[in-house]
Amino acid sequence: MNDVALDTRVGDYALRLGDDALILAQRTGEWIAAAPELEEDLALGNLALDLLGQARTLLTYAGRADGSGRSEDDLAYFRDERDFRNCQLVELPNGDFAVTMARLFVFAAYQYELYSRLVDSADETLAAIAAKALKEVAYHRDHAGAWVRRLGDGTDESHRRMQAGLDTVWPYVDELFESDDLTRALAAVEIAVDPAELADPTLSHVRAVLHDATLDEPEPTNRHTGGRRGIHSEQMGYLLAELQHLARSHPGAQW
Amino acid sequence: MVTATATSVRELVASVPDPEIPVVTIEDLGILRDVRVGADGAIEVDITPTYSGCPAMDAIRADVERRLADAGYDRARVRLVLAPAWTTDWIRDEGRRKLAEFGIAPPSGTAPHRGGPVPLTLSVRCPRCGSPDTRELSRFGSTACKALWRCNQCREPFDRFKAL
Repeated sequence: MNDVALDTRVGDYALRLGDDALILAQRTGEWIAAAPELEEDLALGNLALDLLGQARTLLTYAGRADGSGRSEDDLAYFRDERDFRNCQLVELPNGDFAVTMARLFVFAAYQYELYSRLVDSADETLAAIAAKALKEVAYHRDHAGAWVRRLGDGTDESHRRMQAGLDTVWPYVDELFESDDLTRALAAVEIAVDPAELADPTLSHVRAVLHDATLDEPEPTNRHTGGRRGIHSEQMGYLLAELQHLARSHPGAQW
Repeated sequence: MVTATATSVRELVASVPDPEIPVVTIEDLGILRDVRVGADGAIEVDITPTYSGCPAMDAIRADVERRLADAGYDRARVRLVLAPAWTTDWIRDEGRRKLAEFGIAPPSGTAPHRGGPVPLTLSVRCPRCGSPDTRELSRFGSTACKALWRCNQCREPFDRFKAL
């Protein structure tokens, strides 16, 4: 790879990580003023803010690394659905609180393993972003894990709904661990982490919590994938409409 | 135009208060990382966010720029640096004291370090009555850097800086 090709790929990789964080921030933010209790409202708002902060640095870096000069706002507000590179898990509708916690728990467990390896990236900026984000996602993983335990090992009704939440998100989990040409090429030069390498550590943490929570690991069913190539679920368009309409209605507006 | 030295510029910007917790300065909190003055007199100030999404960073940047402009330094740039990542260990003793006086329990113990020993968790003292008999109400609080606690003795709720 020549330097230009490498920089473009680093940009593409940062875009994937940034889009994951951005879309989950948007989904998590939908809970603000609608969470089951005040403390959880604050928690979800704070979680969304952490993710949004990660998204901002990652998207800013993506626009710089790929040489396009696109700003974080250009990337967040002025790309269409097919240009987003997030995994489908993060765009899943919130569902009830159990679905949201199942999604957050699995995703934070994945991010924790990802960032704890990315801190050693040969790319200094990605390593710095990872070191910052690692502390935040460790907290997210603990928080969501505590809810998974509490609801799973709670009443019959909370157990039923937590299991249903887990069943809802499970078909989207494998996509997190898919390698492709981009991640393989960047992992070979120690810039990226190969997603396939994250499956075992992530799932072993998840399984330990599921065990405590008396929940069953769902059976593998149909798998949803394609987000890294811009293939998204039906829900993504609605999410983007809400995320982007203000910036697109008033291009260049400052607030 | 004023002639700058890194020391004099640092003194000037060190006293910029945190916009969320104005009793402490950005230096007390360890947010101010470095001040450099180039041979041509251009100033660079490095600040680091406590959390990736900390909404106070834009305000802090603007406050630092204004402080320098007011003092006549017209060629100043504020840079946001991520590495090394901020940790609560950087909050100075003076900052810890001021936080407690303000009613925010400073982080106790040391932040967890990757590959390091399991961090020691000390009891969290109520910043109002000093009792160590306290409990966590919520792992998240009014800002990203704080959690919500309550004192079992005086029954008052209080914010606690998360150890990070």
